[in-house]
Amino acid sequence: MSVFIDSLQFIVDHRELILEKTWEHVVLSAAALGVSIAIALPLGVVLGHLHRGSFIAVNLANVGRALPTLVVIAFGITFLGIGFKSVLVALVVLGVPPILTNAYVAVDEVEPDAVEAARGMGMTPLQVLWRIELPLALPLLFAGIRTSAVFIVATATIAAIAGGSGLGEILVNQASYGVEGLVGAALCVSLLALAVDAALGGVQRALTPRGLKLQVPAFEPDVRPVV
Amino acid sequence: MAEPVIPDFGVGSDCVTQNHTFCTDWVRENWSSVLQPALVEHIELTVIAVGIGFAISLAAALLAHRLRYVERPFAVVSAVIYTIPSLALFQLLVPITGLTVTTVEVALVGYTLLILFRNILAGLRSAPPEVLEAARGMGLTTTQTLFRVELPLALPAIVAGLRVAVVSTIALATVAAFVVSEGLGGPILGALPLNFKTEIIAAGALAVGLAILADALLVVAQRLLTPWAYARRAV
Repeated sequence: MSVFIDSLQFIVDHRELILEKTWEHVVLSAAALGVSIAIALPLGVVLGHLHRGSFIAVNLANVGRALPTLVVIAFGITFLGIGFKSVLVALVVLGVPPILTNAYVAVDEVEPDAVEAARGMGMTPLQVLWRIELPLALPLLFAGIRTSAVFIVATATIAAIAGGSGLGEILVNQASYGVEGLVGAALCVSLLALAVDAALGGVQRALTPRGLKLQVPAFEPDVRPVV
Repeated sequence: MAEPVIPDFGVGSDCVTQNHTFCTDWVRENWSSVLQPALVEHIELTVIAVGIGFAISLAAALLAHRLRYVERPFAVVSAVIYTIPSLALFQLLVPITGLTVTTVEVALVGYTLLILFRNILAGLRSAPPEVLEAARGMGLTTTQTLFRVELPLALPAIVAGLRVAVVSTIALATVAAFVVSEGLGGPILGALPLNFKTEIIAAGALAVGLAILADALLVVAQRLLTPWAYARRAV
């Protein structure tokens, strides 16, 4: 157990380094998440609205799960070299699938009766999307963003081997920081992931309309049974 | 496994020494010494992790099926484990279990729990009330109901959970190479400092291929085990 006490000591002694690396980690993850959202969200929403491309949208999540993070990062290094660009591309490749699939499913599965009624009231397709489908889809849609965010924070750790910045730099560098540094950084990155998950979970609950709240348990990560 | 000090791209062909994108001759020459052992180790890591994870999850789900208050603590603990980045979890376990396969397996088992537990429990609860009523009316005991009614009806959800668990474990097991030189992550991490493309691509493709193949096999198993689910195109 002394290693864990030493690692806490390491965190206290190197709090400036830890804070700096945590901040870098957050910035890198936020950048990757932003790009992933910009790519995946409009695509998923539009496909869901049109009820088109279900095969691609749904299977993308399975493909994303089958892609080992280490392999994606290693391919990034091989083809794009070491550096920020390669890390960002790898993180976006892994961040897109959960967002796209959830956005598609969320909009696609909106109660057809509600859409029908809105259309009967004379709403244009854009109004239906904006006033009916998106509000009803919001909780599930945001669940995808949350899954992706946690995934990106976790993967950004491994991305340190490709020249990514953040807590991973300490985690893959035992030579410089020793075992206590490794364990300390591991603790910090775990707490960061849990904090991001909890914070976005809070946002997700806040976004959920009261009528839908009963159906969403507090701890709902993305693992809905995919029968 | 001792690493050579001098970059060793193997003997011979121009393709290998000039580090072209992909050299089939290197793959052929090093299949039995590098890639095949790593692939076998990778499969072993995955099978053991999913096997143990399944046993734990099944026991917990059966318990939670009878005693509702078991569900939340188990789900919360497994959700917390699930959220911890794999590399961090490995490093947190190293002080306890050392740089061993045990460390890797404990972490990999931990990641399967949430998926398997939730799917098994959802499956057990999917039996319609009238079916359970009929079972009771026929005089089945609780245990008989479990084995003859609830578990068979839970099979589609259980296999679905297994698919996700197997595929994510295969993906996660590559990270194990940071702790022990086991599995397909080993050749990848070994080749990265030299940026030896052939080895990275070959091992990476094997990992992805393995995941896709395992997923396909489980889909087939699911269809064979639960023909009724496909007969009426439900689920």
